[in-house]
Amino acid sequence: MDKILEVKGLSQVYGPGCDLCFASTGPDLETNICPHCGSIVALHDLSFDLYKGEILGIMGESGSGKSTAVKCLYFDQMPYSGNAIFFDDSGQMPLFKLNPAQRRSLRNHRFGMVYQNPNLGLNFDISAGGNIAERLLMSQVMNYSEIRERARELLARTEVLTERMDELPKNFSGGMQQRVQIAKALATRPPLLFLDEVTTGLDLSVQAKILDLILEIQSELNTAMIVVTHDLGVIRLLAGRTLVMKYGRVIESGLTDQILEDPQHAYTQQLVASAL
Amino acid sequence: MTRKPLLSVENLSKTFYLHEQNKVIPSSSQVNLTVYSGKLTALIGPTGAGKSSVLKSIYRTYLPSSGRLLYETAAGGTLDLALALEHRILELRREEIGFVTQFLHTLPRQKTLDVVAMPLYRQGVNKQEGRARAAELLAELNIPERLWEVPPATFSGGEKQRVNLARGLIASPRLLLLDEPTASLDAKTTDRVVDLIQRKKAQGVGMLAIFHHADLVKRMADEVVELSVPTSA
Repeated sequence: MDKILEVKGLSQVYGPGCDLCFASTGPDLETNICPHCGSIVALHDLSFDLYKGEILGIMGESGSGKSTAVKCLYFDQMPYSGNAIFFDDSGQMPLFKLNPAQRRSLRNHRFGMVYQNPNLGLNFDISAGGNIAERLLMSQVMNYSEIRERARELLARTEVLTERMDELPKNFSGGMQQRVQIAKALATRPPLLFLDEVTTGLDLSVQAKILDLILEIQSELNTAMIVVTHDLGVIRLLAGRTLVMKYGRVIESGLTDQILEDPQHAYTQQLVASAL
Repeated sequence: MTRKPLLSVENLSKTFYLHEQNKVIPSSSQVNLTVYSGKLTALIGPTGAGKSSVLKSIYRTYLPSSGRLLYETAAGGTLDLALALEHRILELRREEIGFVTQFLHTLPRQKTLDVVAMPLYRQGVNKQEGRARAAELLAELNIPERLWEVPPATFSGGEKQRVNLARGLIASPRLLLLDEPTASLDAKTTDRVVDLIQRKKAQGVGMLAIFHHADLVKRMADEVVELSVPTSA
């Protein structure tokens, strides 16, 4: 199996940061706020390998740093320190040493992102089809009828009624908006997809359908995915391996069934025991 | 027997540490066993002797506390499953080691045919062939054809278990772990399952199994390992 992403020592600090930040925060100290400089240590020393077609779960409660990790990797923000290498067909790309044009190119062509809030992933002022067209245009697909056809296919694949492709997504239900977001993220067939709490806040029946859809797509396209969630059920259904995070640190990692059935860390045991 | 076992479990122990209660719970203690290709080793012992824990430790759903789980890989060479990298374990689960449990976890919309064929899809078999082989197995296990296109979520316990068995048996792994595969089946269906398992053995699959009834152990086991309830941590 081939590696697609290697993350080493990724850290993120919000605030000025000082020499004592990392030593003064973390799960053992039960805080992510540095008592010396007041900075928030959102993420410290995250390292993992992701293989092609693999689904990795990142689990933790609010403030654990799980979304920060994904935001850094998707270039929504630059990390405080650390490295990540993306292994593309054309060669290795050190993510945080790329210039803005290279970063934009990866975001537009090789990475996909689905946010919890469709507002972040979709442009609500243009139609559902237009949202997908936008991404295709960035990938140099220029022919109008080809774009329209591809948009229609993608929306059909993610089970959005294609009659509604010319409507504004702000008039769609939450579940439908999430499907348009997934269709948009997949438009360029990226080998790496980030999913940040994509089913949170949706009805259970809608959640199940979205999760099904994600797995179907994963098996069709062999897309590697990083799934960020606080929901053990989502992790159980989607992820082969899971990282458990607290106060910006990975406190436990392992095969998903092992994390759920034989959790080692006190916090993971508590999380699993309190799940419905 | 002079040939090397497919799996040798040496002094396996599994304990759970519950942080909340600051308690150590012994589950399996000092287990030794071997499984040979084409043979079935049965685990017996009272409830609480840690039979399922042994299977789960081998599959790495549990992290073994001590001992060695030496597995002869298809590529040649011995691998200690207790120490193998997670990606290697995932690969072995896809290609070489199967586990049939009493419970079926499936996706809400997945058709029964696809649930059963999933292990084949993961190995790169196409949908058409996968479904055809799943249909054959479902027919053999007496699942009515009208259910094949429906997700198994609403099936009865016995039907779910047969779907689970079909999925576990479809791919002919090298090592198959069976945790009470016939627990809720009637006599006639049990006979069919026994027949299927015997055929897998004939194909060279090595098996480690827990059976509900002593009678099944007698019918199928080539080797029997008895566990007792661990007394101390």
